[in-house]
Amino acid sequence: MAKKIPQINASSMADISFLLLIFFLVTTSMDVNQGLARRLPAPIPPDQKIEDTDINKRNLMVVKINSMNQLMVQGQLMDVKQLREEAKKFIKNENDDTFYPKLFEEDFGAPFGMIKYTKEHVISVQNDVDTQYQAYLNVQNELVAAYNELRDECARKYFHTAYNELDEDTQKRIQKIYPQKISEAEPKNYGGN
Amino acid sequence: MAKIRRNDKREMPALNTSSLPDIIFMLLFFFMSVTSMKEVSLKVQFQNPQATELTKLEKKSLVRYIYVGTPTSEYRKQYGAESRIQLDDAFADKKEIGDYIINERSAMKEQDQGLMTVSIKADKETRMGIIADIKQELRRAYALKISYAATQRTSY
Repeated sequence: MAKKIPQINASSMADISFLLLIFFLVTTSMDVNQGLARRLPAPIPPDQKIEDTDINKRNLMVVKINSMNQLMVQGQLMDVKQLREEAKKFIKNENDDTFYPKLFEEDFGAPFGMIKYTKEHVISVQNDVDTQYQAYLNVQNELVAAYNELRDECARKYFHTAYNELDEDTQKRIQKIYPQKISEAEPKNYGGN
Repeated sequence: MAKIRRNDKREMPALNTSSLPDIIFMLLFFFMSVTSMKEVSLKVQFQNPQATELTKLEKKSLVRYIYVGTPTSEYRKQYGAESRIQLDDAFADKKEIGDYIINERSAMKEQDQGLMTVSIKADKETRMGIIADIKQELRRAYALKISYAATQRTSY
């Protein structure tokens, strides 16, 4: 008679795995970590004086947000929904307008060839101490969106694919045509303290 | 003649539970893969602001978090209802951010130190004054890669 192999009692297995399951349920959270990635400028050495760098006025787009979360772009009141289009016009300057940044022509190599681009444009964001975080983020978001859309347009024009699907090197080359230049002013204390 | 079996025990057949662990394990793996470990116990409450141009934070080990929001109800008596900064598990002053970042960075591997990202998780109602202070502290500590935590906005 063949010897019977004794069955392993696995009834506690369920308990063990339940324990693990409950442990993971308790210690984890469902939220995904995503956010608006930005890069801060390097700090100014303490012995160096803050100089007002001389930027040609036409190369500068000033976006101000006040404590009431209102937006002022180039001295004009604007809704945040219009900011993206305005920023795109500013960065591109298709018609070589004198009130938009100066165009430079440069050879970017195949397949781009000679491209006119606004090399020295700067978008300056200034906010009040009392500005709401959401309002500030909306502005940042629209500006980043403007750059992303321009890069995407460029990718579609020359490579017929979305910008996100290009490899890193090509993305870097497009970034050279549309360099992200969002400057945030050194926070100033307007009176008080 | 029919035999009456009275004392014979009619046992219920044992329920086969051998597949139960498999089912539970499946659940377990599902939860393990879709969730992330809680980083800290939050002492401030905040609602993420909304944005559209979001990027995912890639490597969890390279990310450090700064929470900004109003203290939760249990701490409100002690700390008031003003926006406060939380680092790791405790409330912190903005002056402590620099030290915290430098400590955290020196604990990382050398090749990872330049890749450290600081995620600012702030309430959408926060005033920019406190955020600007944090940004200045981060700049001073050379933590230049930052990410403003936000949730995807579906419409205006």
